[in-house]
Amino acid sequence: MKPTNGKITGVSLVVRGLRKSFDGQEVIKGIDFEVRPGEIFVIMGPSGSGKSVLLKHLIGLEPADAGDILINGEPITTPEIAAKYRMALVFQSGALLSSLTVGENVGLYLAEHRLKKPAEIEQIVAEKLADVGLKDVMDKMPSELSGGMKKRAAIARALVIEPQLILYDEPTSELDPLSSIIIGEEILALNQRTGVTSLVVSHDRDLAFGVADRIAIISEGRILTIGTPDEVRRFPDPLVQKFLHADFKREN
Amino acid sequence: MFDNIGQIALLFWRTLLALPQTWRQRQKVFDQFFEIGNASLLMVCVLSFFIGATIALVTGPVMVERSLGSAVGGVVGYAIANELAPVMMAILIAGRIGSAMAAEIGSMRVYQEIDALRTMNINPITYLVLPRVLAISVALPMLVVFSILVGWFGGAVVANFNHLMDIPFQVFFADLKDIVQLEDVVHGLIKSFFFSVIIGVVSCHQGLTTIGGPRGIGRSVTKAVVNSIVLVVFMDYILTLVLTHFSHR
Repeated sequence: MKPTNGKITGVSLVVRGLRKSFDGQEVIKGIDFEVRPGEIFVIMGPSGSGKSVLLKHLIGLEPADAGDILINGEPITTPEIAAKYRMALVFQSGALLSSLTVGENVGLYLAEHRLKKPAEIEQIVAEKLADVGLKDVMDKMPSELSGGMKKRAAIARALVIEPQLILYDEPTSELDPLSSIIIGEEILALNQRTGVTSLVVSHDRDLAFGVADRIAIISEGRILTIGTPDEVRRFPDPLVQKFLHADFKREN
Repeated sequence: MFDNIGQIALLFWRTLLALPQTWRQRQKVFDQFFEIGNASLLMVCVLSFFIGATIALVTGPVMVERSLGSAVGGVVGYAIANELAPVMMAILIAGRIGSAMAAEIGSMRVYQEIDALRTMNINPITYLVLPRVLAISVALPMLVVFSILVGWFGGAVVANFNHLMDIPFQVFFADLKDIVQLEDVVHGLIKSFFFSVIIGVVSCHQGLTTIGGPRGIGRSVTKAVVNSIVLVVFMDYILTLVLTHFSHR
């Protein structure tokens, strides 16, 4: 667990025996892992290995065929869980509502649940956007932002919820290396500032080994190994080694 | 279409359950209402004028030939108020507004915006479906009132200026007043209310069940329009049976 100035808000997440099939094809084949409070846990794996499907289960967007997902020991299927624990998902595309301005997107949770007055919401939105390094974008439409800015705005939208568990779906996909570094720094800074439990799903090796406390490698719906970045690097499984060291080389 | 009827009914029921949230969603209802009116009013007027004109043109000369020229106003007025205005406007709105609803919600579904709402504990039915269904169920009956008035005017203009009829405005509207009762206009409005709910719920349902990217959005839009029109025509028959049964004529 990371030092968080004594302020740990993160929750624990336990996944046990998770299984999911679509049209008879098993996509998740019995997954078990545990994420500790305040930890940055990265799930890595090649495209089509079931990472995004797994993430949808964790936030309750997809029902599991079998298995349990527990937040602080309580199943996420419990009706009160959404009111008890604050969770946020940063989508791969950002998933900002295209008909709203960036400011309205970021403040949507507070406005729809009538948690703050409009003036307070505006102030919070400006703060959260500043936290992720975005300025003067409040009145812009999402279509006017670059890919990296959209992802940062999506992180700001997640921050407004003050989450105890934040899930990132491929946060650096479609980004240039510099933007990827900024996103990685945001994930680290947020984790250190608030102690939020972070689960990152990615196939970006630089991001994974840069931010993770622990890494799980998933392939074809199964977890191959879980460990610290060093432990994963040393893991002898050929599939893991192939994934970690795959590099494009031009012959001749 | 019929395998979706249960899902459509369920969405309708959930929309009814969301009705207590109407006041909180009033701004969105107003925005949608404005959008529907703004997008449709001119087209409603043009279409209605020519519907009235065509009905007068088709029926008028035949009736005048049989010395029934004084009844043209009544025939045109009755047909427009009871049947043509509500059905034609429903078809127009299904094409113009229902398609837009299905496309917008479908695109939100494909690009994970609806999933994003769910992760924020925002019910997509309250946030997206309720305002649209409420707005269309207020807007369509209002557009039908416009349609009836403009349709009557279109019929009167053709009846007056067509050399095969030459029916003065006073005669046309006097007959219309004799034949058409307030009950007929109310029947048209009742029908249009039911049609609007059908269009709203069917279009939103298609949007919410969109899968498969841009092609999926296109498919949803087509299905929304076709299914809405089929259900509107079916419902028109049922409502005509029921309303005729309770008519005071």
